[in-house]
Amino acid sequence: MGEKVKKIVKTIRVDLDKCNGCRGCEIACSAYHATPKYSAMNPSRSRIRVVMDQFNDEYVPIRATDYAKAGCDGRRVYTIKGKQYSECSFCGTICPTREMFFDPDSGLPLQCDLCGDEKEPLCVQACPQGCLTFEEVEIEEEEKAEVKMDEMELGIKALLDKFGSQKIADTFNRLSQKG
Amino acid sequence: MRYAETGYNLEVDLSTGNIERVETDPKLMENHLGGQGVNAKIIWDRVKPDTKPFSEDNLLIFGAGLLHATPVVGCNRTSVNTINPMTGIFGHSCMGGHFGPELKHAGYDRIIIRGRAPKLVYLYIHNERVEIRDASHLAGKGPGETTSIIREELNEPFAQVACIGLAGENKVLTASVEHGYSSASRGPGPIMGDKKLKAIAVRGTKDINIAHPQELFELCLRMKKWINDSDGCGDWMAVDEDDSFHHNNFAWGYSRTRIKNYWSEELQDRWTHWKYDNMDRQAGCYNCPKGCINVISWPGTKRFGYKCYGKDTYHMAAFKELDYTYGMLGQCLDWGVDSYSTPQAISLGIELYDNGILTDQDIPNFPTDPGDRVKFLLEKIVHREGIGDILANGSWWASRMIPGAESFEHNTVKKMEQLPIKLGKLNPAYYLMIATGEKMAITQIEGSFPQDPIRDPVKRKEFVDNWDAAPYQKFKDMFMNWEKRDQISIEDTCALTDWNEAMHYIDDSTGLCGFVSSFRGQFGGQVAYSFNNVPELIHLATGMDIDKEGLWEICRRNRDLVRCINNRLGMRRVDDDPPKDHWAVRDPELEEKLLDAYYSFRGWTKDAIPTKEELHRVGLDYVADELIQLGILDPNEGTPEQEAAKVAEQKLGGC
Repeated sequence: MGEKVKKIVKTIRVDLDKCNGCRGCEIACSAYHATPKYSAMNPSRSRIRVVMDQFNDEYVPIRATDYAKAGCDGRRVYTIKGKQYSECSFCGTICPTREMFFDPDSGLPLQCDLCGDEKEPLCVQACPQGCLTFEEVEIEEEEKAEVKMDEMELGIKALLDKFGSQKIADTFNRLSQKG
Repeated sequence: MRYAETGYNLEVDLSTGNIERVETDPKLMENHLGGQGVNAKIIWDRVKPDTKPFSEDNLLIFGAGLLHATPVVGCNRTSVNTINPMTGIFGHSCMGGHFGPELKHAGYDRIIIRGRAPKLVYLYIHNERVEIRDASHLAGKGPGETTSIIREELNEPFAQVACIGLAGENKVLTASVEHGYSSASRGPGPIMGDKKLKAIAVRGTKDINIAHPQELFELCLRMKKWINDSDGCGDWMAVDEDDSFHHNNFAWGYSRTRIKNYWSEELQDRWTHWKYDNMDRQAGCYNCPKGCINVISWPGTKRFGYKCYGKDTYHMAAFKELDYTYGMLGQCLDWGVDSYSTPQAISLGIELYDNGILTDQDIPNFPTDPGDRVKFLLEKIVHREGIGDILANGSWWASRMIPGAESFEHNTVKKMEQLPIKLGKLNPAYYLMIATGEKMAITQIEGSFPQDPIRDPVKRKEFVDNWDAAPYQKFKDMFMNWEKRDQISIEDTCALTDWNEAMHYIDDSTGLCGFVSSFRGQFGGQVAYSFNNVPELIHLATGMDIDKEGLWEICRRNRDLVRCINNRLGMRRVDDDPPKDHWAVRDPELEEKLLDAYYSFRGWTKDAIPTKEELHRVGLDYVADELIQLGILDPNEGTPEQEAAKVAEQKLGGC
């Protein structure tokens, strides 16, 4: 058992009802992360995107979270208050299933860093509507000892990153059966 | 390096399928900014006066504003210009949403479309990749379906789509271009239909260069908060449910009937419930914190969005209540019809039937209930069936096509329907704006100088002291001395008309929205953009050195150019004429004086054509040369004032 430690976790809370679809968060994010800072404003470089379908009244700002080399099938559909949402609408994973959170020129993934030293992330600053609010929450967590991976684990981890667990499992099963 | 603009136009010829990316002259920005300003220049250069609106040679231009895709807040309106088939003159049209900024990110300042496709197509733009694609599967579909089908088949969930509905495909003259819950009316809808262009889908991932990016970004971030918190910006009708102004003052039916005490608290309460019980959200446009678009899910119809007075026109045409309009708007959006002019063409039809000009033979199975009648005729218009084929041309043309109907038509200027306003005494400023305006909607002309004086001198002083948007002291003095609405000097009337118009010319060329700029200042005076800060924003975005006077000069140039396009198409003083019954009490002598004074103020001749001197002054010598060559402009003719001085001088010389 690890020891319990207190941690401050920063996050951005999203109130979907308050989003008016202005995409100011995208503009501010891309501006802040441009080099030099503010030298370019370009929503397609933003680490937050508003998944938007006006005719479905769907406005969901999502932030780029973790990078996944493998995508998922993303087929779940949720109906909330009569509106249909794809599960991808809420997913911040940077994955190959969709063309989102990749720099349009380099193709490199773009991950949200909560704007480092800023008092508040820029997307929150650019959202006077109050759809996005910045929060610091104190949580208690078990401290995990760092696990060192052996050679085989490293190899399998790389395969998992590249192909995803389902594909690895399928392949493993198929190959095992062949003997 | 080009700043704020991309420096490229996309030229598309739908007849030949030719697509070109063409670098533009940087001088265009210096002279005309962007948006409608540059669009007008292109139309002057390339659409010859004998071009019929429905011809391959007519151009349809989607122009992004100069400040689109910069961090300037509330800057998202795309100018869509063409020769309007209803008026036969330069069509002023714009739409909010996300289209212009996306187009800039794709690397183009505008799309210039000519020709006519052999069958229904749509245009797909993703940066340098541009394709004309088959749209036969989209025929008859509304904007909702069209947008989602296109996004899905292209695998472009972030593409911005502008399209026409069935009305545009059928070249209904009151059809509009639809983009989300925004639309561009007054011309481009039927032209897009004529060109067999169902939709344009655009996706852009490129950067826009900004001359002083950090200063501009930081300034805009502050302004965004200010605009969000300010009552002086946005559509107040989105939040104020007291709409007695339109219902008690505007005319119902075919702009004939005023119901002065229509509004009541009980009614307001009922309507407020209808709205908020069925409202999904108040949505905004690109980079604007305001929620001007009321998004409504009304039982039995498709979800729709509307703003401002758009919720009133159908029930006021049909003598019904808000629930009637709510029941209609989903279908109207789907068909893509303009909710300002269409209900008037419909109510003209009803009036003609009631007066025996149209009979059961013309309109078989015509219902008796006015609400059913409006729906009935709308369907006929959109499909161009029977009488609908005539009414689809708008009330001016319809009244000239139906024998005996001409005398009934009473609410157009330059062949286009106006807001149904019927008032008592002539209002000089409004006379000038309605008469001489070429945008065919007073809301695109008025807007900076308040509509009415403030009677209480203390409150008036307070207003003037806080009036940051007033560009010069003279406007503050004018307002301080203004007691009664119709009592204002001719000189002041010209000056305030000029200011009102100029602000719209800023918006049309930069892409700013009237609700944070040109239209909104008249209500409360606390508006985000004015001559006092737009030059700074243009400077930070483009690097151009520009001040208030320089900006005003560009507005004047753009205004003169639009006037010259229209002069070349045949427009003259006689066309600068408000609806005869706009005011019950007219003053022909004063009206003539106002026109003469205004033309003199603008540097136009008595026949409403910019003089050679004026065109030289604003750097449009090439325009003057052509007008002279065509015999339209007399190079020696001055303004009415100059001509009067010449006569006086001759008389003196004779003594």
